[in-house]
Amino acid sequence: VQKIQSLTTNIGVVYSGMGPDSRVLVRKSRKQAQQYYGLYKEPIPVTQLVRETAAVMQEFTQSGGVRPFGVSLLVAGYDDNGPQLYQVDPSGSYFSWKASAMGKNVSNAKTFLEKRYTDDMELDDAVHTAILTLKEGFEGQISSKNIEIGIIGTDKIFRVLTPAEVDDYLAEVE
Amino acid sequence: MSFVQYNGSALVAMTGKNCFAVASNRHLGVQHQTVATDFQRVFKIHEKLYIGLAGSASDVQTLHELLDNRHKFYQLQQERDMKPEAFANIVSQILYKKKSAPYVCQPVIAGLGDDDKPFICTMDSFGAKKLAKDFVVAGTASKSLYGACEAMYKSDMEPDELLETVSQALQASVGRDCLSGWSGLVFLVTPTEVRETILNFGAGGGPAAPVALAASGGAAAKKKKEEA
Repeated sequence: VQKIQSLTTNIGVVYSGMGPDSRVLVRKSRKQAQQYYGLYKEPIPVTQLVRETAAVMQEFTQSGGVRPFGVSLLVAGYDDNGPQLYQVDPSGSYFSWKASAMGKNVSNAKTFLEKRYTDDMELDDAVHTAILTLKEGFEGQISSKNIEIGIIGTDKIFRVLTPAEVDDYLAEVE
Repeated sequence: MSFVQYNGSALVAMTGKNCFAVASNRHLGVQHQTVATDFQRVFKIHEKLYIGLAGSASDVQTLHELLDNRHKFYQLQQERDMKPEAFANIVSQILYKKKSAPYVCQPVIAGLGDDDKPFICTMDSFGAKKLAKDFVVAGTASKSLYGACEAMYKSDMEPDELLETVSQALQASVGRDCLSGWSGLVFLVTPTEVRETILNFGAGGGPAAPVALAASGGAAAKKKKEEA
C-alpha cells in the first residue's frame, strides 16, 4: 500500500491528509484520464487532469449531503509542456509550483526549498533536495522503510523508487 | 434511392511532401435534379486541419457545425489546436455514438501533425477509421476516384504537382459519375500557406455549359493566404 500513486503513465500524485479520501480522488482521476484517452487517443495534459480533479473537489464543497475532501494533493507530471507540478486543495483551487511542500512542518519546508531550489537542477539533485527537506521535520530515523519517492524524467514515465534506490539516495545524504 | 446517394458528392484527400490537398465537387443535387453548384463540403477546422464531408447535405452541415463547435471548445479549454489524430478520433466517437440512428456522412480528414507530417483518413458513417499514407476518397464517385488516384498518385509530391494531380483525379472521376461534378474546390495546405482553388471541369467532368462557366471567370481562381 503506497502513498504515492500514478494517475497515468506520465502523471503521479501524492496526498497530505485523509488516506481514504485520496483513494476516491485517485480512482476518479484515473477514470477521467482514461476517458480523455478514449476520446482523443492522446495522453491527457497535466493541466487538464488537474483541472478536472479540482472540479470534483469543488463539487463536494457545494453539493448537499457531502463534505469536502480531507486531502491536499501534489500532482507531478511530464507532458508536451515539460515537467509540471501542481497542488490541489480541498476547496478545489489549484496552483502551479516549481517546488512545494505540504502537511506537517510545511512552513519550514517551504523556506528550506526557497533557499535550496534552483531552476537548472538535475533529477538526482532534486531527489537529494527533497530528501533533505523531508528530513528537516522528520521524527525519528529516516530510512527507505518510512519514506516514498516518486520521480518522472524525460522518459515521461512516472514511477516510485524501490527501497534499494531510496537507500542509495539516503546514503548520499548522510 | 438511399440517402447516401441523395445529394451526390466526390471527396478526395492526398498527401504530398509536408503538405496535403483535400478536394471536393461543388454540386448539390436532389436525386437527379441539380439544386446548387457552389455547395461547400470541405471545411477548415484550424490552420492545419481540414475536414471534408460526403453524403447527405443536411448531415454535412450539421456535422460541420458540431465539429467546429467541439474544436472551439477544445481550443478554449486546452489553449492549443487539436492534432489531426485526436480530431479523427473524436469524429469517430461522435459518429459511433449515433450508431442506432447514424449521420449519413462519410468524413475525409486531412491535416498536418507533429513536425508538419501530413495525416489523412476517412471513415464510414459509423466511425470506422481508414488510415492511409497516400490518398483517401469518399462520396458517390468514390469508385472512380480510387481508380484515378491509384493511377495518378506519386509519393512525396511537391505542392504544385500535388495540386495538379488532385485536380486531374477529381475531374476524371466526376466525369464518370452522374451525381457529382459541376466544378471542384481544392484546398492545398502547406506549413506556410493555404491555396484555395476552384476547378472548372468544363466538358470533361461537368454538364455541357463550359462557355457560361468560362465567361464568369471560372478558370482556376487562386487565393494565397499567408499563415499568421
